[in-house]
Amino acid sequence: MSTELFTAQNQESPILVQNLTKRFGVFTAVDHVNFSVQAGEVFGWLGPNGAGKTTTIRMLLGLIKPTSGNAFVSGFNSATQTKSVHAHVGYMSQQFTLYNDLTAMQNIRFYGSVHGLPSDELRQRISEIIQMAGLEGRENTLTGSLSGGWKQRLALGCAIVHHPKVVFLDEPTAGVDPISRRQFWELIYQMAKDGVTVLVTTHYMEEAELCQRVGFISAGRLVGLDSVSELKLTQMRGQVLEINVSDPEKAVRILKAAQLSHQVPLDEVALYGAQVHAVVLEAQEYKDVIQKMLVEGNIQVNSIAWIAPTLEDVFISSVKAPAGN
Amino acid sequence: MNQFAISATDLVKEFKTNKNVVTAVNRLSLQIAPSETYGLIGPDGAGKTSTTRVILGLLSRTSGESSVLGFDSMNDMYEIRKRVGYIAQQFSLPPTLTVMENMLFFAGIHSVSSEQQKKRIPELLAFAGLNEFKNRLAGKLSGGMKKKLALACSLIHEPQVVMLDEPTLGVDPVSRREFWNLLGNLRAERGLTIFVCTPYMDEAERCTRVGLIYEGKLIVDDSPANIKRGIPGHVLEFAPSDFAVALKLCNEMAGVLEVQTYGDKLHVFVDDVSKRKAQIEAVLDSKGIAYDNLREIEVRMEEAFISLIRRQNERVEQIGVPTNKSEMTGEIQ
Repeated sequence: MSTELFTAQNQESPILVQNLTKRFGVFTAVDHVNFSVQAGEVFGWLGPNGAGKTTTIRMLLGLIKPTSGNAFVSGFNSATQTKSVHAHVGYMSQQFTLYNDLTAMQNIRFYGSVHGLPSDELRQRISEIIQMAGLEGRENTLTGSLSGGWKQRLALGCAIVHHPKVVFLDEPTAGVDPISRRQFWELIYQMAKDGVTVLVTTHYMEEAELCQRVGFISAGRLVGLDSVSELKLTQMRGQVLEINVSDPEKAVRILKAAQLSHQVPLDEVALYGAQVHAVVLEAQEYKDVIQKMLVEGNIQVNSIAWIAPTLEDVFISSVKAPAGN
Repeated sequence: MNQFAISATDLVKEFKTNKNVVTAVNRLSLQIAPSETYGLIGPDGAGKTSTTRVILGLLSRTSGESSVLGFDSMNDMYEIRKRVGYIAQQFSLPPTLTVMENMLFFAGIHSVSSEQQKKRIPELLAFAGLNEFKNRLAGKLSGGMKKKLALACSLIHEPQVVMLDEPTLGVDPVSRREFWNLLGNLRAERGLTIFVCTPYMDEAERCTRVGLIYEGKLIVDDSPANIKRGIPGHVLEFAPSDFAVALKLCNEMAGVLEVQTYGDKLHVFVDDVSKRKAQIEAVLDSKGIAYDNLREIEVRMEEAFISLIRRQNERVEQIGVPTNKSEMTGEIQ
């Protein structure tokens, strides 16, 4: 990416959220949230169900009005300049709102005309999108008979037919296989390289690792906002211990008992395939205690080591921390 | 009776459409011992759901053998039903029944005696963390709670085996972690045999053994650790400033076994880490391509999956088998 492009568009963040708050009656769905996303950035917006993720996106899209605070997209106020916002954004949801009884090409044409593209531009866009989505040779296939990965790429193509500068992807990869997911992320980064700003939500943290920066929302509040590598360093409560033992099932039973009796400050004990993972608070001093405990339970400990937390470990730790939800 | 919880030998399932015959399960053999947590993974339409349904006796098999706890899938399916819990893909629980009513409903279906119900239902509600929601309508539960209720309902008749077809689809990370921790508890405390189909490789890492199915065939069947170890080479990760050019350069480089894309990063599989790291850096420098933090990373199940499927695709292309087959089976499932 050229640096000129980056700084030129940096003047005004394509996505800007200031003290954004939404109350439904006594329930605060979004609570004084602040963040911004830069041009060409791929930003992950992550949170458990009911945390306020979708409510934030709806306010950014101008579909609901904030109780207080502001949301801006491409410099337009989402609440008061909704039409301008809509002209500049693309939106794709997990339901892939495609017409199954239209062909791939007809779907693109339909979305193009909804956005009022002139016919010569539309013709060019159709061929660009067919190529981008890898749908060559399938232009005239009924959308309903395309497999998951193709449908998903077609849905993305339809969402960006009008060249939006900001794209919202709401759980775009639910239920597609890892290979299709990788191809889809390649497309996301192609868009970003062209200066398109992408906000993506996903429930899969291995996928969220692909974002340049992520925001965690929990019970309406922003509880983390940084790059994945930085969040892993700063947001994890406790450390993850990976234990290889002769009898992992028995090891879990022993450690759970120790957790219940507060003998060891364990946040979590769980089976991971043939291994045991334990999230240990006040970590260092307890490694030897745990090892001794297992050996006394007649378990052969083959290895016991601290491992780097995954983004999922960090996410769960972050959203669990505030008492609530 | 054999010693396996789940067994299949040369299992075949064909679907006949008016135009042609599609082989969804193709001479598949697998043996799962009691207390294993077995993950069946594969691309969309590879035959995961068909395999599960044939083993359960919900679909008739075309040929071969399959059994659960020694009971034949086709001839003894009522015996299997008594001993196996099942969560279908995109299942739905009666939404107008409460959590408690759902439990009673499933207890009734499985002819669980009322004494047993009095004991089992409170245990399962506590296990699934649904005690305080027992009077809530199932339709009003969050996605994660619905999945936990489905798991609790599938356990009402104290099965020895559970078969779960993509049980966490659309569930948030906290609920998904809770769901898998519940499965782990069932394994640790009761020795339950768990068979699970999943498109998510981090879930595959939580299984004791993983089967990779490709166009109806089981092409890999091993522990996650062994599968990852079996992938040739070491992986270098970096984000290049010019993605397309760097991808091309790496693909053509000596000592590079494979290149995978990972968002704006590349995963380059190499034969020798230090030698090839220097080589890649030299080439990128000479072409004026910037890169950050070029480093070795550990292979996860996701990288292994992509590598294995890609090699299989290449093999299929070489011998000229039609490649649109997985697309067709995808429609039928």
